[in-house]
Amino acid sequence: MRWGVIVFPGSCDDHDVYYGLKHVLGQEVEFLWHKEILSGDWNCLVLPGGFSYGDYLRPGAMARCSPIMQGVIGFAQKGGLVLGICNGFQILCEAGLLPGTLMRNASLRFTCRHVSLSLEENDTPFTCLGKKGELLSLPIKHGDGCYYADGPTLDRMRNNRQIVLRYVSSGGQAVPEANPNGSVDHIAGVCNEAKNVFGLMPHPEHAVEAILGSEDGLKIFSSVVATCNRTEN
Amino acid sequence: MLAKVYVMPKEGVLDPQGQVVERSIHALGHPGVTDVRVGKVIEFSIEASTSAEAEFQIRQMCERLLANPVIEDYRLEILES
Repeated sequence: MRWGVIVFPGSCDDHDVYYGLKHVLGQEVEFLWHKEILSGDWNCLVLPGGFSYGDYLRPGAMARCSPIMQGVIGFAQKGGLVLGICNGFQILCEAGLLPGTLMRNASLRFTCRHVSLSLEENDTPFTCLGKKGELLSLPIKHGDGCYYADGPTLDRMRNNRQIVLRYVSSGGQAVPEANPNGSVDHIAGVCNEAKNVFGLMPHPEHAVEAILGSEDGLKIFSSVVATCNRTEN
Repeated sequence: MLAKVYVMPKEGVLDPQGQVVERSIHALGHPGVTDVRVGKVIEFSIEASTSAEAEFQIRQMCERLLANPVIEDYRLEILES
């Protein structure tokens, strides 16, 4: 399968995604510059973390206007798999591919640490190798990770089972201390209604080898590989 | 024409910046200040034949870029130059 990692000015986790996919999972990966027009066959496009355009105006607001985004939106609308991590998640929300938005952390502080996450849904292409309720340990590093959507939107998301990851304690409880940024309903990751677009604030690409403190990020990438292999065979 | 766009957090959306600024205002000795909200003002010049045409264009910019309708409201002023 072929992965594309989109590089915006200010992306900083693009090489980490590339490393995890290419060197840990042995995948075929290419970088795609944001000024390109999307062409070619791709199984999954990744919008990596970073600070595209210096987070001017709002994180992700400028990047969603990049030339490649028209292609990304079309690819997603045709059912292509799109994964947005951290700034990539913010861009997907700004582009209208995911519901809600990411606001300044409630603490107003940049937060960098490992968090425990509960995997809430495993019937998505990004989490199919996980078990429902399974705990994952992944790092976060963001200043604007407070997920917000209004009440009716949240109700719709719950009914459609679009809330994929929640911040929890190490014991798996959604207690206030476990919420690192003030996200509504402890939301750390969501998918669209069709479940082919997934955005999350934690960084799976920084948890792909034991030396990094966790290998739980592989579950996300390997789920996509498993999904694509199933479709191709 | 000159345009000014005022972008504010929506009613009911948490504004932690506003809360912190409010606490600092109190610390400066102005305890009577409440409901502080922090927003943005964006100014620009725009070529348009009528202010209605300018407003139409600016609203498109606001909906698609200058404001995020999920969390922000906007209002605009157009000044004939």
